[in-house]
Amino acid sequence: MSNLDTTATDRLVTLEARSLEFKYKQARPSGADRNERQTAFELGPLSIELASKEFLAIIGPNGSGKSTLLNLLGGLVTPSSGRVSFGGAELSSLLPRERARRVAFVRQDTPLAFPIKVAQFVMLGRFAFASPLGFENAKDREMVNWALKATSLERLANRRLDEISGGERQRAVLARALVQEPELMLLDEPTASLDLNFQVDLLRLVRTMVEDHGITAVAVMHELNLASEFADYLLLLKNGRVLQTGLPAEVLRRDLLEDAYGVQVAIDRNPYSGRPRVSLMAGRNP
Amino acid sequence: MIVCGTLLGLLLLLVLVALFVGAVPFTLSDVTNAIFGQKGLASIILFELRLPRIVLALFVGASLAMAGACFQALLRNALADPYVLGISSGAALGVMLALIWLPHTSGVQAVFGLFGALATTGIVYMLGFRHGRLMSHSLLLAGVISASFLSAVIVFLMTAMNSRDLRSITYWLMGDLSYYTGVPIGLVIAAVLAAGALAWLQAPSLNAMLMGEQEALAMGVDVARVKLLTYLAASTLTAVAVAAAGSIGFIGLLVPHLVRLVFGNDYRILLPTSALAGAAVLVLADTLARSIAAPTELPVGAVTAVLGAPLFIYLLRRSSEA
Repeated sequence: MSNLDTTATDRLVTLEARSLEFKYKQARPSGADRNERQTAFELGPLSIELASKEFLAIIGPNGSGKSTLLNLLGGLVTPSSGRVSFGGAELSSLLPRERARRVAFVRQDTPLAFPIKVAQFVMLGRFAFASPLGFENAKDREMVNWALKATSLERLANRRLDEISGGERQRAVLARALVQEPELMLLDEPTASLDLNFQVDLLRLVRTMVEDHGITAVAVMHELNLASEFADYLLLLKNGRVLQTGLPAEVLRRDLLEDAYGVQVAIDRNPYSGRPRVSLMAGRNP
Repeated sequence: MIVCGTLLGLLLLLVLVALFVGAVPFTLSDVTNAIFGQKGLASIILFELRLPRIVLALFVGASLAMAGACFQALLRNALADPYVLGISSGAALGVMLALIWLPHTSGVQAVFGLFGALATTGIVYMLGFRHGRLMSHSLLLAGVISASFLSAVIVFLMTAMNSRDLRSITYWLMGDLSYYTGVPIGLVIAAVLAAGALAWLQAPSLNAMLMGEQEALAMGVDVARVKLLTYLAASTLTAVAVAAAGSIGFIGLLVPHLVRLVFGNDYRILLPTSALAGAAVLVLADTLARSIAAPTELPVGAVTAVLGAPLFIYLLRRSSEA
């Protein structure tokens, strides 16, 4: 499945997944033989090619394997078969520190065991660059200041993470990923639970990173219209299988979306951007 | 650095005060005479009784506070203390068995106590290991269940003891620096320094693990390794402290929280400051235990619990209001 390379011919592929498969097995809850295991979930086989300065959004209903795919692409999970490479290196075989210098994850913010200040939290992103005892140097501080500025968090640097709003915390999570100086950024529903303005701010920032800093980005996204506006390519998953991948106009098709989500939709174009726009046809009971 | 220096200075001052205070109070001239070689009651009490006990208090206090801070990070639980995983109960059981089987052999209690702690550490670790990795939830459950099982065995054994042994073991179970189990003080010092250093080396990783294991892994932390080493360090600290001085309460829970309030949750700072503060608190509590009802000595664990519980409630209310 290589219909992602539909644009320029001088794309230099950096992220490459080949015949990627992941099977999650579970012991039978009440089997006579406890060693007998059944496959509870299967993802793939699928292949992805993505170049630097490209932004891929993974869409699909809950339980379709979006987050698992993201973990596979970042090397946090080892595939059952196939391989993922980034910049020529197989990510799941790298040491955690080496991997973290190339790949950053942005997830929905999770509560900390004990609260720390925003600047300290962002500094945690420098872990993979630090000396064994982890005391930061001038470069680390410079990076943190830059990331705080890029995410408009400067004035909150000395506030505790549990004292700021959800939108601000999510920006702090992004800032922490930025100081990792990643070449690949993987985002798992980064805009969930954010207000519309923060959703747009955050995705604009990701776009800036992609365009100006040459980062490759892959994001799991719930909101189809935001995915359509901000991503270069989409990948639609259902039950661990790829229904379609390609440009937004190739993926956001009525037949595909109705198959994936089981609701009736209408597709037109956003009058401002010209990108496909998804509308629900059955909002209320007739 | 400045913080640690200041704390260290305070600690030395406290040690000096602790040397003077006790059932037999001393004047400055008694102490100077004793220091400059005059043998006598003063020098015996100061250097053979008080000083070793103060040194023991310093290192036991430091190890309990560091172990508490480590377990709080490892289990991601603010209520974790050094005893939550049952290691102390294992040590207590070992000491009791030694007291019953070999009552008159010196040093046996220490060996049994350490062995009990290490055996419990190993068993709880194996129970907490699932799906090829150490799961914090399984570890916590395994620890809590082991602790209550071992406590029940201890109570059974207590019914078989004579009243004199029962009295001393009850005090010891509460935490008591006056009851000497025979753990060499050099071993305590060496273990606390080594395990403390091992824990401190994990500090940057422990900071990242405040965010949860998956996030820490994405930051580049070798989570499995850090958990194993932290568990080893914290268990060693607990084992040595309990085998030497029983289950002194509240230091391991309260001191890290006090330090968190003042210096924040950065483990690079939290661990050394907790060690110094834990040492100071235990020396202070033991000095009180020796002198409040002198010449009767109170078990120091009772003193830390009586002082610690209200302080803990105060802190809890204050932080929930903030």
